[in-house]
Amino acid sequence: MKYLCLIYDNEAQQSKMTKEEGGKMMGEYRSFTEDITKSGHYLGGNPLQPTSTATTVRSRGGKVSTTDGPYAETKEQLGGYYMIEAKDLNDAVQIAARIPAARTGAIEVRPIMAM
Amino acid sequence: MTADPVSPDDAARVREIVDRTYRDDSRRVLATLIRLFGDFDIAEEALHDAFVAAIERWPVEGVPANPRTWLVSAGRFKAIDQIRRRVAFDDRRPELERQLTELSQENPVTAEADDIGDDRLRLVFTCCHPALSADAQVALTLHTIGGLTTEEIAHAFLVPAPTLAQRIVRAKGKIRDARIPYEIPAAAELPDRLDAVLATLYLIFNEGYSATFGDTVTRADLCGEAIRLGRLVVELLPEPEAIGLLAMMLLHDSRRAARTDGGGELIVLEEQDRARWNREQIREGRELTERALRARRVGPYAIQAAIAAVHADAARSDATDWAQIVAFYDLLLNMNPSPVVELNRAAAIAMKDGPARGLDLINALLARGELANYHLAHSARADLLRRLGRTDDSLAAYATALKLTTQEPERRFMERRMASLKR
Repeated sequence: MKYLCLIYDNEAQQSKMTKEEGGKMMGEYRSFTEDITKSGHYLGGNPLQPTSTATTVRSRGGKVSTTDGPYAETKEQLGGYYMIEAKDLNDAVQIAARIPAARTGAIEVRPIMAM
Repeated sequence: MTADPVSPDDAARVREIVDRTYRDDSRRVLATLIRLFGDFDIAEEALHDAFVAAIERWPVEGVPANPRTWLVSAGRFKAIDQIRRRVAFDDRRPELERQLTELSQENPVTAEADDIGDDRLRLVFTCCHPALSADAQVALTLHTIGGLTTEEIAHAFLVPAPTLAQRIVRAKGKIRDARIPYEIPAAAELPDRLDAVLATLYLIFNEGYSATFGDTVTRADLCGEAIRLGRLVVELLPEPEAIGLLAMMLLHDSRRAARTDGGGELIVLEEQDRARWNREQIREGRELTERALRARRVGPYAIQAAIAAVHADAARSDATDWAQIVAFYDLLLNMNPSPVVELNRAAAIAMKDGPARGLDLINALLARGELANYHLAHSARADLLRRLGRTDDSLAAYATALKLTTQEPERRFMERRMASLKR
């Protein structure tokens, strides 16, 4: 079963990271990704550019409107995602808990709807 | 050829056996059917169909030697039929077909025979999975394991029946769609997961023991149900904290008859007629408390049971060993720091060292703000002020408490106290 792990963390805090701290974090993500690739859980994943680059698009009655910024203003922002293959929710939760941002932010685990 | 006609006497006798089997075994059968089908709704329907089949066939064919096995097997066949009918026009077709193949191969008798205890435990852990909201855990546990109808649960929690039904539907949907597994957690996860199960039972018990809203102090049905579920967990998984929780629930419930008078008015612990306490529950609760306290790791439920046992030991209120109770609260606070535990400890210290000492502690606690809206903090403070003879201050504190109380008998109790102070 496929699950999408949405990574939410405090963007402002991350932008204040030193080069060293940033490098350490990247290293953690690299080794986590390697681990779950080896265990066969990894299907895909990417970090996202900060919300300052986000655009929200709506189409209403044929009229498209675009606004600056993310859809919802929250303390923690969507900063990346992993798509994983897991046996069940417990399996998925175990993996999500190992995503480095789980220690500082939060991971939302969503099952993919089979179509 | 037709079957022999069934005499009305036999029919009534068999009906009684079916009813008893439903009461005693329907939850076990359901637990196994959920494992076989991996779907709560299909399993519930299969359970229903199996009992309909029993009512039809047992009077004619005789009561089977092992009714439970018979019911699992009948439920399984009914459900396979049902899935087969569904496959034709369901968009989850490949999934259902796979399930059907698996089910047709599995031998229901071996699947049922040795696994029944495990199935019930799987059900407990699934209904109390932390990925479900606390409300959903409570509703699903009472419905699926307790066998209560949605109307009964809705009534007990004073929510509209459709709201409660919706809660259960959503929880079942999440179990299915997010694939919450039907399993007993691995040893490493067990302590945390058991905590979640016990927390759900505690919530059910507390709602029954001290109803948040409404016109009665207690709702005995919820307490009884929480105790029954607690026994089940202890039977399946005799961990010290499960034993501690069961002990605590029994010891608190033993006072039920003495906690209200004939008119449903609240009677506080020190004014209760202790002859009306349930000795049998106290005996069992005390034994379980000792068992829980002998464990290597003593947890908060066992300590709370121990506190309740000290109260149970005192023949009269003024014979209570308050020093021991304070010591247990110190232990509890150390384990589980919480302002509510601090409040209870302050009340115990007031009994041991005098109201002035208790009042200092409660004032300091209220000044921190966390309990500012907790009615029991203000009523405890009011009570100590009353004991100190500070009538005006006491009345003011009771008035604050009254504003925060949503339960009618508690409100009336405070109003009575205020009226006697004004005299």
